[in-house]
Amino acid sequence: MTTAFRPVSYPQYRISQAPDSGLVITFSGPLDIKTVPSIFKTMPGALKKISTHRAVIDLGAVNTMDDYGVMLMAKIRYFLNLPDDGIEIKNSPTFLEQTLSQIEVDYNSKCAIARRKPENIIAQFGGTAINTLFDIRFFIAFIGSTVLSLLRVIRSPKALRFDDVLTHMKTTGVDAVPVVALISFLLGLIMAFMSSLQLKPFGANIYVASLVALAMVSELGPIMTAIVVAGRSGSAYAAEISTMKISEEIDALFVMGFDPNLFLVIPRLIAAALVVPLLTAFANLFAIAGGLVIGITMLNLSVTAYVTQTMEALSLFEFSWGLFKSCVFAILIAITGCLRGFQARGGADAVGSAATSAVVSSIFLIVLFDSLFAVIRSYW
Amino acid sequence: MEKQAPDLRVDGLTVRYGPDLILKDVSFTVFKSEIFAILGGSGSGKSTIMRHAIGLERPENGRIWIKGYEITGADETAFFATLKNIGVLFQGSALIGSMTVGENVALPITEFTGLPRDAVTAMVRVKLGLVGLDCYENHLPSEISGGMKKRAGLARALALNPGILFLDEPSAGLDPVTASEIDELILRINKRLGTTIIIVTHDLGSIFTVAGRAIMIDKSTLGIIAEGSPDDLKEKSTNPVVKGFFMRKAIATS
Repeated sequence: MTTAFRPVSYPQYRISQAPDSGLVITFSGPLDIKTVPSIFKTMPGALKKISTHRAVIDLGAVNTMDDYGVMLMAKIRYFLNLPDDGIEIKNSPTFLEQTLSQIEVDYNSKCAIARRKPENIIAQFGGTAINTLFDIRFFIAFIGSTVLSLLRVIRSPKALRFDDVLTHMKTTGVDAVPVVALISFLLGLIMAFMSSLQLKPFGANIYVASLVALAMVSELGPIMTAIVVAGRSGSAYAAEISTMKISEEIDALFVMGFDPNLFLVIPRLIAAALVVPLLTAFANLFAIAGGLVIGITMLNLSVTAYVTQTMEALSLFEFSWGLFKSCVFAILIAITGCLRGFQARGGADAVGSAATSAVVSSIFLIVLFDSLFAVIRSYW
Repeated sequence: MEKQAPDLRVDGLTVRYGPDLILKDVSFTVFKSEIFAILGGSGSGKSTIMRHAIGLERPENGRIWIKGYEITGADETAFFATLKNIGVLFQGSALIGSMTVGENVALPITEFTGLPRDAVTAMVRVKLGLVGLDCYENHLPSEISGGMKKRAGLARALALNPGILFLDEPSAGLDPVTASEIDELILRINKRLGTTIIIVTHDLGSIFTVAGRAIMIDKSTLGIIAEGSPDDLKEKSTNPVVKGFFMRKAIATS
């Protein structure tokens, strides 16, 4: 039995009670992609309140209908929770048959091809473990292959693509000078300012110069420069190589008889190892300049006094140690960037993942190796 | 018989990339429910015509109407409203790699109809059923073949029931059997939905199977060198470039 209700009208349809106490839904105008979405806004709510055993859909006044309209007809049965034979379509227009021929979907069919199901947590864990093992194997093979390529270059320097080394020296080193200089200058400025707040009350203004010089040359200079290079060039290495990987350029190099590592990794590795220590030296210089500005303007120090104190605080060993660290960081950045590029699989999104992964891994390795260097230094 | 109003009208299209003139004064008209082919060799500018017709690029000169609305010089609101009348299958299918096939098809339906999730799911199944991909809605594009990607791209292009469908090299990179399946699908869509289909191609097999009318573009004139049914172009054209195209060999022009 249908619960009694008053007829309701909406722009595209009207719901009323039939004489046999069933339900009549009368549609008018077009039933297509333009009108069906607005019907969906009102119809579920309107039909929810009604309980009925059968419904008649009157399409006599419908002038066009597409697959969205057919989908609406199918959904009405669900809105009213009626069985298959609980719906009758009346005054079916001539074009309905053609519209129905567009629909080839059987909601109850079982697909012959199994759908991809989300993996359970154990399978995910297992998958991640297996992928990690493959990554480790790939990493070892990559390092081995890079070392072999490097040995080949040492034995036969002509094998090195020297023009590529110069290009990467420019993009990794020269192009990074402005950003490294600015960051280091500001870092020196901040360090000097913050340390002056503590040292000034004790009359130890001059030690601000020592603090800035030592902190930058032995620790912050190499680390900050490496982080900037990882963000600029490490990500670029990964993006370039992963793009080449997914567009089969690396496969093409391989079948032409080139060693992809010699072609792509070694020039980047040598370029980074040469220019990052130089960038670090620049960073140190600009940070000391930043400290000098604070020394002169806020601490009443002379340029000579500041520079003399800086030179006294530093030793050749400190300076060389900082440059050695930055050379190691450069190798880590280049190898990580290239490795992530070579590991890329799939489509365009793999390029973004490779670049992100290169930066994150590089920064992690930089901090890890810096900690190792600190431990080595403490037992030296 | 009275001629139908054109679904696409291109009038005096002239395109220049920097100093290079690519197309000069190209004009043609495509009528409702036609399958119309734009033919030409590599680099002739046929894809350039399509990119202008779908509004990806603005021409240096010339006007383009879609379903009677001019898209060249239209304001942004009118332009995007007109774009809803067209669906595009790009040469590489252009499926979003991070989304499943079903999510790719659902994207325009969810965005532009505001239908509830279960209705969107139903429509996705209808569209995938139309292109014969019923059971692939949860697959990623990387997990399906090139032919399936084209079908999925077609389903997405048809998601909003566009009046005009642009297909850029639909059989490129496919084996002959898969290419002929795509051709059959194009014919079926045209027959069942009455969709106007504009195909940019140089695949001779496809041209004769699906196209009712065609124009041929050539870089020697930077414009249309022949127009008519594929059979007419092959049999009746005296233009050496057209003859060479259909005979699959270059013919020297003096």
